[in-house]
This record gives sequence, structure tokens and C-alpha cells, in this order.
Amino acid sequence: MVSGGVFFQRESAMPQPSISKTMTTGESGLALIFAVAAFLCLIASAKALDAPFAFHAGLSAAASLAVVFFIINRYYDRPAALPPAEINGRPNYNMGPIKFSSFMAMFWGIAGFLVGLIIASQLAWPALNFDLPWIQFGRLRPLHTSAVIFAFGGNVLIATSFYVVQKSCRARLAGDLAPWFVVLGYNYFILIAGTGYLLGVTQSKEYAEPEWYADLWLTIVWVTYLLVFLGTIIKRREPHIFVANWFYLAFIVTIAVLHLGNNPALPVSFFGSKSYIAWGGIQDAMFQWWYGHNAVGFFLTAGFLAIMYYFIPKRAERPIYSYRLSIIHFWALIFLYIWAGPHHLHYTALPDWTQTLGMTFSIMLWMPSWGGMINGLMTLSGAWDKLRTDPVLRMLVVSVAFYGMSTFEGPMMSIKVVNSLSHYTDWTIGHVHSGALGWVGFVSFGALYCLVPWVWNRKGLYSLKLVNWHFWIATLGIVLYISAMWVSGILQGLMWRAYTSLGFLEYSFIETVEAMHPFYVIRAAGGALFLIGALIMAFNLWMTVRVGEQEVQMPVALQPAE
Amino acid sequence: MTDHSEIDSVTGRATTGHEWDGIKELNTPLPRWWVICFYLTIVWAIGYWIVYPAWPLISSNTTGLFGYSSRADVALELANLDKIRGDKMAALGAASLADIEKDPALLALARAKGKTVFGDNCAPCHGSGAAGAKGFPNLNDDDWLWGGTLDQILQTIQFGARSGHAKTHEGQMLAFGKDGVLKGDEIVTVANYVRSLSGLSTRKGYDAAKGEKIFADNCAACHADGGKGNQELGAANLTDKIWLYGSDEATLIETISQGRAGVMPAWEGRLDPSTIKAMAVYVHSLGGGK
Repeated sequence: MVSGGVFFQRESAMPQPSISKTMTTGESGLALIFAVAAFLCLIASAKALDAPFAFHAGLSAAASLAVVFFIINRYYDRPAALPPAEINGRPNYNMGPIKFSSFMAMFWGIAGFLVGLIIASQLAWPALNFDLPWIQFGRLRPLHTSAVIFAFGGNVLIATSFYVVQKSCRARLAGDLAPWFVVLGYNYFILIAGTGYLLGVTQSKEYAEPEWYADLWLTIVWVTYLLVFLGTIIKRREPHIFVANWFYLAFIVTIAVLHLGNNPALPVSFFGSKSYIAWGGIQDAMFQWWYGHNAVGFFLTAGFLAIMYYFIPKRAERPIYSYRLSIIHFWALIFLYIWAGPHHLHYTALPDWTQTLGMTFSIMLWMPSWGGMINGLMTLSGAWDKLRTDPVLRMLVVSVAFYGMSTFEGPMMSIKVVNSLSHYTDWTIGHVHSGALGWVGFVSFGALYCLVPWVWNRKGLYSLKLVNWHFWIATLGIVLYISAMWVSGILQGLMWRAYTSLGFLEYSFIETVEAMHPFYVIRAAGGALFLIGALIMAFNLWMTVRVGEQEVQMPVALQPAE
Repeated sequence: MTDHSEIDSVTGRATTGHEWDGIKELNTPLPRWWVICFYLTIVWAIGYWIVYPAWPLISSNTTGLFGYSSRADVALELANLDKIRGDKMAALGAASLADIEKDPALLALARAKGKTVFGDNCAPCHGSGAAGAKGFPNLNDDDWLWGGTLDQILQTIQFGARSGHAKTHEGQMLAFGKDGVLKGDEIVTVANYVRSLSGLSTRKGYDAAKGEKIFADNCAACHADGGKGNQELGAANLTDKIWLYGSDEATLIETISQGRAGVMPAWEGRLDPSTIKAMAVYVHSLGGGK
């Protein structure tokens, strides 16, 4: 992908005791497994029933071979002993997988924002579909959502969680190959999912579009992620587990449960891409939104709150506002979120009692959500002046403000009378993007701006001025985006529910579409600004790594002066 | 753990004594307003559970104080709709077009229904205001290809034009150039003649007599002498200012050499008879009905 030097630190500087060099069980075992996998994938590719499956099987055969090559090559490159967990009593942190994930986060972020801009433009100017099946709105839309949520957001979560768990446990990441398996395997899942969408492979469940074989692969990768994370926590040198790690752990465990619950499917053939979900009818809908809503709750909320709990106090150099609040709001959030899914199915065939529970639990979720906001914002007390000089901290703080706004708007929209106006309209899109662009986007940007200099060992960012430009351009983009969608959504909802005195619909669907057009143009403009901001960021981070000044490291092996 | 606790100088609060990678925590109590709001939402939720259906039981669920049901809501709304429309919907289905025209209440109902159906089915081609587009007739004017009486409009909607339906309107503008019937210069000449029929300017040096002759030999059979058109064949009136594809010379040359055969789908079988009837009444009422 990128020359290894960017991600790997040669760790051969230590004088090696003369021990004979052998492959670890992990190395030989994994190499063997992937050699077998390459062979099986080749057979699957030859026997494939449809072209996308043949392509994916062929790609997987090639990727498996590459992994075997990678493992063997790495073995010959490495010293006889594996990297030690500690050097001179200091933890020997494993930064390679974090660098890789940070790089991929930026890459997928730009890809995802670009696809978002394309589909926003397609909605404003449908001719941009070009009558080509591969770039139809219907195929690009899941590409956009998966690229920004799972590819961008997922890589940010993996990168930051691997960093935070090591630093806050004072322990090297568990496993030798396992962390690499997680970051490479996760990104391979993204590749399979994304190319699948373009080729028309989908199980048509929102945010869970990948087909059965991609789901199975993700399960393996995710369980490994959990083991690496837990393994590191178990090795910790601190008496207590840091609050960010509770949130990361809740995120990892719950996503595993959601993924397994929503995706049990029977493939039509083991040599074809199509499968059918085990659930049917309203049960399927309920599982889907139990999954969909908690992807928001545990992926986009719990995971990114973990980022907030480490990066804001770290950047502001202030203690976290309230330990008690963090405990109470953590458990309340975890307990209440899981019930809220039915509010996506108001006024459908879902029984009334289930709708009631979904709505009332969403309302009770309001304060637990705001607990995170309070802890994030109030941590700034005594450091508010830093917002004037530090655009990275400003980005982090504004993200928390957007978090607070979205987590008020969400419970409000779950109220049935409000929902009867907002549901299926652009208001929902606006709500999602105030959370996605404002909260998840900004907290991720802020975290990456902190993380990249740290893991690449740079004194600071290449340019704080560019961060400032990024901040203002992206903020303007978000404001354009969400205000256009609010107006458009409410207008749309009011037009849909307008009746004539004889009980006929006042407006035809096409009239509502015509009314949306100007707002779709504004939305696309907002998206373009957000993308421009991200490009500025990518340039800034790239220059930080390429030309940034090295942080002067304390020589680890130096003897005390006296 | 309070052993390592210290006082934060900015807030005056004690820390918990924990520290991870330089991050400490203040031992701030829960904000009172936060706790109160949290309790209020819980109390509200419990109240809502008492009033509305909420919790599953072994084989049913709690029904709430008033026995609320969204299905009952829908039934109520449908009943209200019946009250507004009365038995007029049935009457609309049974009435003939002439009867509808005579009964103001039925007429209003048919127009209202027709407008809704038009928006969902016809607007994609004819535009939401029925003003049409190139190749898709404007339905607001009084220029009709296949006739503008109620019966004629109904027939066109029902069976379409060149739709493949057994009773569809047939007849098309032939491709005089592509099929080699007329030569290039003849097409230019007759195109200019057609423009002259509605008083549009003609090209310099154009031979009017020759144009008239070509028209009489090739076009008049359908478009009638003088270009007044023929609704039996869907042949357009060429003497008015209304043009389906355009009146400029280039477009006319394209029309004459390539022919035209736009398709109007047949709606019989896709929409029920009373809906089609309402649609005909609506289109007829747009302004151009005869």
C-alpha cells in the first residue's frame, strides 16, 4: 500500500542475545492458514456462480498469498527475539498498526466524503447518474455510508483505541501479528464490501449491506480485535481501567453482538454472493433497526465518546470534569440505548407496545447522552482560553457541542407526533449529518490531528493555520448542510401531509421533489466544503509526517547522570 | 484511592487520585439539574407506559388506560374520509361522463381525484402543471392531437397512443428523409412552407409554389389541405402557434426527415375505470377541453 517505512519502525537496534531464530506458532500457523485459504479461494473463484463472487474469491486468493509473503518476509527481516514488552522499564508501544489505520482513515474519509458529494449532486442533478449501473445513486449510497462510518470512522476507532489502550494501560498491545491482522483484515473487509456495492452485491439491509462471506470475515476480524484489546487491558500496569477503555470495550463487544444478531443468513450457494436473511417480515425490520440504531449508539457514540475522554483532557491538559458522571452516564447510556431501535419503525406494522418502548427509552436516553457532553465541555474549565489559540482543541470542543445538539434532536424526533412529520424526510438526513459531520467527523479530525504527530514522533503539526482553515471551511459546510436539510425536511413533511377538503393529497410526489431542488443544491455545496476541509487536513498530516520536525527523544538507554 | 487525591487549583475540587498517561479526574458530584432532568424523563416514561400500550406480557401486552391502538386511529381517519366524501365515490364510479359534468358535487370530486392521480402518473411526462415538454403535449391549451372532448380524452388515456394496446390510437409522422421519399432540398422547402402556414418567416429564396406542391403531394393526406391537421390520425394542426417538437427550421427538418412517433401509454388495466374517468375530467377541465 505505502512503502513499509512509513508504518514500520525497525526494531533491530537492540543488541541481540544469541538465541536461535524460529518462527512463532502464530507466524507458522497463520502462514499455513492463509496458504490453505489462498487455495480454497482459488477453487471458489473457479466454481463461482456469479461474476462478483468470482472477482471477490480471486481477490481473496491474491490477498491470502500476499499475507503469506508478508509473514515470511517479516520473519526474515526481524531479529530473533520478538519486540520486548518493555525497554528499560518503559513500555515499548506498538505504533505500526496505529499508523496504518490512521493513514487508511484519512484515505477512506476522503473517498467517502467524495462519494457523498457525488450522490448529493446526483440528487440535485439526476443526469449525473449517467445511466451507468455501477455509479447509480442506489449503489453509491451504501458505498458512501459504509466508507464514512465503517471505513473512516472504523479506522479512526481502531487507531485511537490501540493508542489509548496502550498509553492508559502502560502496556504494549497484546499479540504480535494479531494487531496487524485486525487493521489489515478490517480494511480488506471494507474493500470487499465497497467493491461489492459497485458490482451490485448487497443484502439490502441498511448499514449492513455486505453479503454473507464479507460478514463472516468481519466476524473473525472483530473477535480478534476484541481479544487484542482485552489482552492489552489484562496486561495493564495501572490499577484501574481508564474511562475511555470502558467505552471502547462497550463499543467492540456490542458491535459484535449486533453484527451477529442482524446478519444470520443462508447463502443460496457457497459459490455465489446471494444469501437470504434468517429473519422475516417485521422481525427482520426489528432486528435491522435494533442493529441500525445501536450502530449509532455503540459505533458512532460510545466509540467516539471514548476518543473524547482521552483526547480532550489530553489536549486541554485538564482533568476530566467528573468521575461520577462518567460512571453514571456510561451505564445509563449502555443500558438505555439498546432499547431505542423501534423508534425507526413508528407507524409501521411494528406493534404499538414496541413503538412505545422505543420512544420512551429514547427520551430517557437524553440525559445520559448529555452526561458525555457535560464531561467533555466542562473538562475545559480553566482552559477555555486555549480555544483561541488551538484550532485542534476547538475542533474537539465543537464536536462535543454538535454531539449535544444531535442527542437532543434525536430523542425529540423519536416522539411519535414529531416523527409523524419528520420520518422519511430530509430532516432525518440533516439529523444524521449533524451527528456524523459535526460530532463524529470533528472529533475524529481532532483526534487524528493529535495522534499523527504523536505516533510519528513529530514535535507538532505541519501547520496550525491550515487546521484553522479546515475548521472554518468544514464548519460552514456543516451549517449549510444541516440547515438546508432541516428546511427541506420540514417542507417535505408538511407537503406530504397536506390534504384537500375532499381528503386527497394536496401535492403530488413530483411537486415535493421540485420543491426540494434548491436545498439539494445547497446541501451539495455544504458537502463540497466539508470535502475541501478534509483535503486540507490530508495535506497537513502528510506534510507533518514527511517534513515535520522530529521530537527529540529521551535516549532510553542513557544512564542517570549521577 | 483517596491517598493520591489532590486539590485542583482552578476548580477547587479534589481529584479521585487516579491518573492515566497524565489524565486525572475531578471528583465533581453529578450536576443537580442533570439528575433532576434524568428523573423527570424516567417519570414521564413511566406515565406514558401507564397511558399507552407498553410492555409485553406472556401472550398479549399492556393496553394502557384508554385502549389506544394505531389501527383504531387509521380506522377512524378512514371513517372521517367516508364522512367527507359520503357515497359520492360510489356515485363517481357509476356515473357517465355526461352525468359527472352535470352534477357540480361529482364534478368537484372527480377533478380533485383526477388532480391527485395526474400528479402521480402523468406529471413525470406532462409536467406537474400539465404544461408539457418537448415531445409531451401541453394539456392546458385547446390544441388536441387526438381530440379534446371528454370522450376523446378518456379514450386517449384509456388506450394510449402507439401504446401497443389493441384499441390504441395509431398513425405516426413518417420519416420522409430517412425512407427516401423526399430529397434534402425538398425537405428544406417543405419545412419552410410549413413555417409559412402559421405566419413564421421563411428562408430567403425559398420557392413557395414548390413547397405547396410537395405539401399537397406528401403531407396533406394526413395533415389535411392547408395543414389544419386531422385528429382521427393524430396529425397535428400546423397552422397554429403550438408546436410539440418545435417550429424552428432545423427541428422541422429533423421531424420531416426522421419522423415522429411519441408514445402515450394505455392506462386501462393499470388504473381502475373510475380513476381514469376522474383523470379525463381533470384534464378536460384544465382549460382546453371542448
